[in-house]
Amino acid sequence: MQKARGVGVIYLSLLLALILTVTPMPAMVQLFRPDWVLLVLLYWVLALPYRANIGMAFVLGFLVDVLVGTVLGVNALAFSVVTFVVASNYLKIRNFSILQQALLIGLLLAFYHLMIFWLSHFLTGVYFLPDYLWPVLTGTLAWPWIFWLLRRVRRQFKIS
Amino acid sequence: MNPIFERGPSLRLRLFIAVLCSVGLMVMDRYTDSSTQIRSYLTTAVSPLFYIASLPQVVLTGASEQFLSHQRLLKENDRLKESLLRQRGQLQRLEFLQQENNKLRELLGSAPVAEGQRLVAEVLAVYSHPFSHQIVLNKGSNDGVTEFQPLIDDAGVLGQVVSVGPTSSRALLITDTTHAISLRIERTGVSVIAEGLGQWDRIRLVHLPHSTDIQDGDRLITSGLDERFPEGYPVARVNRIQRDVSQPFMQVQAEPYAQLDRIRYVLLLWPQVELDEQEHDH
Repeated sequence: MQKARGVGVIYLSLLLALILTVTPMPAMVQLFRPDWVLLVLLYWVLALPYRANIGMAFVLGFLVDVLVGTVLGVNALAFSVVTFVVASNYLKIRNFSILQQALLIGLLLAFYHLMIFWLSHFLTGVYFLPDYLWPVLTGTLAWPWIFWLLRRVRRQFKIS
Repeated sequence: MNPIFERGPSLRLRLFIAVLCSVGLMVMDRYTDSSTQIRSYLTTAVSPLFYIASLPQVVLTGASEQFLSHQRLLKENDRLKESLLRQRGQLQRLEFLQQENNKLRELLGSAPVAEGQRLVAEVLAVYSHPFSHQIVLNKGSNDGVTEFQPLIDDAGVLGQVVSVGPTSSRALLITDTTHAISLRIERTGVSVIAEGLGQWDRIRLVHLPHSTDIQDGDRLITSGLDERFPEGYPVARVNRIQRDVSQPFMQVQAEPYAQLDRIRYVLLLWPQVELDEQEHDH
């Protein structure tokens, strides 16, 4: 039983991220909303790859689809692919400095948003606006803080 | 030790399964009809999250209402009474005009139109993704809401209902990229079609020839030709016209009257009843 300690905290943090995703905000601020769920998920994938994995990414992506109203499966696919990239290189990424990590996360976020856009363009014919990429920047800036916060949480509750 | 490969299938296999499931979901959601029902169940299932997420806002507005001064409340009350009086007055004239209009229609031999029913609904949630402009309403099939019902607010048309659950329903806004609406330029009577662009403050008029008479500031109202939106409701104001002759059509954009990014309450409309259907046919 010792292995599955603190899984509840992981779920709680993801639930909070989901709530942050749909918290009503003025339209101006909404444009800059970081992808909380993906960031929190990527932290757990990096820290505990045997707890958070592609299955969890798929379920969370599906929930985000339901919450934000994109075509079902779009976010599920993008979450799974990004998680695959991180999970297959987690040992390398862990050894990066926090700045390098943030930049890498930025790249992955850009990849994620382009993937969402391509799929949505193919499915519903949306047009691209450079504004859609703001969350990449805010997400990159938010990563060090999320990393620091969640690492404290992980150590505090001795999640493993 | 590499615990990730110890249990369960390999990463690649998991990714493969996830991709397969996602593609299946996308196809089901986009190309079959079963998804509206599933969507409404899912929306109902996650609605607690929406309630929790909007809690800070509810608390804040509640608190600010608490601390409104007595003076301001009285002032606001006066203002509301005055506007109610003014609108009652206009309504009296409207009723008279409607009667007159129906009489004239009778003389012309076309069917008189009766006022449809209305229902006020509250917005539970706003989908915040740029690729989907939708809102969730707190009224569903129990209240008689049906699919494709138009909704408006005090300023103009907002959109239409796309899926209905028992206690909630989902509506597509006119600015969604998958939404189109048939309009008429009030000044000239020219019919146009407007598409959403995925931006809160603009819609685009499509397939307008360069010779069309259209000006900055023209009011666009519903034409009723799409048989979903009743005729004559204000929708948007033309605010950008580009006449580029190298393009096949004029590039025109309009700004919706309704502030779609801050909707709280909406009015659901039932279609106006044609009192005499067969008269209309020939």
